[in-house]
Amino acid sequence: MKKKFEIDADYQPATFAFTEKYKKKAQEAINLYPKGRQQSAVMPLLDLAQRQVGEEGAKANPPYGGWIPRAAMDYIALMLDMPPIKVYEVATFYSMYNLAPVGKNLIQLCTTTPCWLCGSDEIVKTCKDQLGIGLDETTKDGKFTIMEVECLGACVNAPMIQINDDFYEDLTPGTMKEILETLANGMKPKVGSQKGRKGSMALSGPTTLKEKAKKAGVV
Amino acid sequence: MLDDKDRIFTNIYGWESFSLKAAQKRGDWDNTKDLIAKGRDGIIAEIKASGLRGRGGAGFPTGLKWSFMPKESPDGRPSYLVINADESEPGTCKDREILRHDPHKLLEGALIAGFAMGAHTAFIYVRGEFFHESSELMKAVEEAYDAGLLGKNAAGSGWDFDVVVHRGAGAYICGEETALIESLEGKKGQPRNKPPFPAMAGLYSCPTTVNNVETIAVAPTILRRGAGWFAKLGLNEKNAGTKLFCISGHVNQPCNVEEVMGIPLRELLEKHCGGVRGGWDNLLAVIPGGSSTPMIPKDICETVNMDFDSLREVGTGLGTAGVIVMDKSTDVIKAIARLSRFYMHESCGQCTPCREGTGWLWRVMTRMVEGRASVEEIDQLYEITKEIEGHTICALGDAAAWPVQGLIKHFRPEMERRIMEYRKRAA
Repeated sequence: MKKKFEIDADYQPATFAFTEKYKKKAQEAINLYPKGRQQSAVMPLLDLAQRQVGEEGAKANPPYGGWIPRAAMDYIALMLDMPPIKVYEVATFYSMYNLAPVGKNLIQLCTTTPCWLCGSDEIVKTCKDQLGIGLDETTKDGKFTIMEVECLGACVNAPMIQINDDFYEDLTPGTMKEILETLANGMKPKVGSQKGRKGSMALSGPTTLKEKAKKAGVV
Repeated sequence: MLDDKDRIFTNIYGWESFSLKAAQKRGDWDNTKDLIAKGRDGIIAEIKASGLRGRGGAGFPTGLKWSFMPKESPDGRPSYLVINADESEPGTCKDREILRHDPHKLLEGALIAGFAMGAHTAFIYVRGEFFHESSELMKAVEEAYDAGLLGKNAAGSGWDFDVVVHRGAGAYICGEETALIESLEGKKGQPRNKPPFPAMAGLYSCPTTVNNVETIAVAPTILRRGAGWFAKLGLNEKNAGTKLFCISGHVNQPCNVEEVMGIPLRELLEKHCGGVRGGWDNLLAVIPGGSSTPMIPKDICETVNMDFDSLREVGTGLGTAGVIVMDKSTDVIKAIARLSRFYMHESCGQCTPCREGTGWLWRVMTRMVEGRASVEEIDQLYEITKEIEGHTICALGDAAAWPVQGLIKHFRPEMERRIMEYRKRAA
């Protein structure tokens, strides 16, 4: 579950500004929409703010993951000529905007029915046991936050989870544990299917397009 | 079974690159300007004749939808094409494969569909969690601009056409077309009342058509190979062509596969998915079209075909063709209770019956899982679903009601048995 928006919390920084790199990206995003419709860029800009904070957080000690301070929302409101409340509304409505600090690796565990049927309960338990935290909690070293989320849209590769931008699919408690260990050591695990299948074809091999599969060296 | 030569999505598993060069080898962007030379009416007539129905869930005839767009702008307002890639219906993961493995089919389709409805701009709204998928799509857009296939005089067609990729940020409701439009305008994704319909006043109050990714991506191939070819592939003229099916849950080999519309469910599971875990007789029930569609028990699964009308006849729907299979080990009440929690989480909060009702459904369903309820409450539960269904601005309320209705319809004895067991234990 997403954390509440606490406007006066201690962790809220007083100010926020895009760095030159992010300012450029923000302007590119604004330019994509028709003149006078700059409000359409509020979602891309919130995402950019979260990414900038996340980049800073990755280097901090202890590290933290991307989130959107209130100051960033106010900054974006000014930039897009929107009332701040309109930006708060958007930031609080969508689940991907973190409104409070999170761990460097934000682990989103899908537990909706297709993943649940394929054993997502065990994946959740593995994460809790391995990290020693409960859902919506962050490890003391700032490296991990785990949370439960709704369907992430990779049901054929269930059970699956998302860590920051990456999907990890076809999980077992064993591979889940390996992923956490790899991340704890500061390395990046292999993204995608953990059973080595290509995309969403049947694990035992394709039932269609067999000639193409041969040519591509899949079978 | 669909012949390989009749497949539209020949790179669905990503064995080849998604790049323009590889896509062109697969036949995409081949003389697109000749397709556009058929003219607006010609393209719409061809799509109508093909029998293509929207692939996002509702199954509305695509050609007819395109024809609702105004022929000319009387007041200078532009027209927009919006492509719905906010794929979030539990059980569904087909558009993801198009976005990351075959994005040029979508882009070529966008140009053709945009031209057919008089739009010079398309917005593709991709769900935020699909970060890599939207990055790949953006790369494909860039390639297409560099090759002159998008932009001024796109693909030499004489039609100027721009494509903008917009990322969502985690809200199932934005798959509803007017919520998607609100979101694209930089607001909370809360559905609008209709009318006005988007074809009259949609994005920025301009004429807008919202189409699913798969619908747009199949259009170029239909025009290239002819409406007759597509129409012949399906079960009948109203359920025509090919369809991407996503099969998840208790099958031996879960996978995505393109098959003919109307393939028997049993054939789909046995030919492509290695059958039900533990054999066909171990099947309990199937949710045939994404989480919103009511489940069907094994005896219906034996004979039902996977198309819009066959599934409607048995009280469910094709929806997005996200097939969720449950074997006999499944706690079927819990499976549906989890969906109730999904809808509670995703309700946008705008309409009272949905905002309050989805929470109510979940709370009662949680007790039903334990059996901590009375038998009469099953009827009350049904009544709540009826109070939600049809009483909200958008279909999320209906979508929350149907799975519970499906459960009560087919598994009422199981619900009663659990209540009795709980009582026995309590006594």
